[in-house]
Amino acid sequence: MSVKLVYFAWVRERIGRPGEDLDLPASVVTVRDLLAHLTTLGEEYESALQFPDVIRVAINQEHAEHDEPIAGAREIGIFPPMTGG
Amino acid sequence: MSIITPTIRVQSADFDLQAELTALTADHKNIGAVVTFTGLCRDEQGALSALELEHYPGMAEAEMFRIGELAIERFSLIGLTAIHRFGKIMPGENIVLVIAAAPHRQAAFDGANFVMDFLKTSAPFWKKEHAADGQQGDWVAAKDADDTARDKWR
Repeated sequence: MSVKLVYFAWVRERIGRPGEDLDLPASVVTVRDLLAHLTTLGEEYESALQFPDVIRVAINQEHAEHDEPIAGAREIGIFPPMTGG
Repeated sequence: MSIITPTIRVQSADFDLQAELTALTADHKNIGAVVTFTGLCRDEQGALSALELEHYPGMAEAEMFRIGELAIERFSLIGLTAIHRFGKIMPGENIVLVIAAAPHRQAAFDGANFVMDFLKTSAPFWKKEHAADGQQGDWVAAKDADDTARDKWR
């Protein structure tokens, strides 16, 4: 499955790009699987996602839990806890 | 579903509190209470020269709209406006505006409070500090206290 990933704040800085289109292996089913898969893609991903529990994810611009399946996702946002307001 | 639709904006430009207040209350004669909250950029006792606000375009508006609809429903608000700025913001400048209008004061206070608690923890914005010495500083860390403030509404 091919999906558009977008990164924000220090996740974006550490990975070194604002986003990318990625082809994912069939073994990637949930958000948690996706984060684990990304850390295998290189040091920059490892540095951004080394503590997956703090990472927040949105599927099609809605917050998603780490055990949610990503099937059907057009866009997945990956970012740190939010600090607006 | 609420019949009242929240007014949501995400913008780099400043906002005008009085203009927003007038726009919100203009067509409603049953408003007895309006609470406005404005969040400003602090200089942290001179340590900061600016904050850089990053946001997730599209999702920021969508999430603020979802929060606004929840507040209108829960507190039976007559009107709600939420505006969040992005980009570089100097100490003393506005960051966020929430206006909640209701027939009575408690709903207006609670509505504005609720929206701010969820804005801070769920709306996709991130603050980066610029130090007074010109150095680019760190990303602001999320606070447990903000999660606690949000969880009191559960």
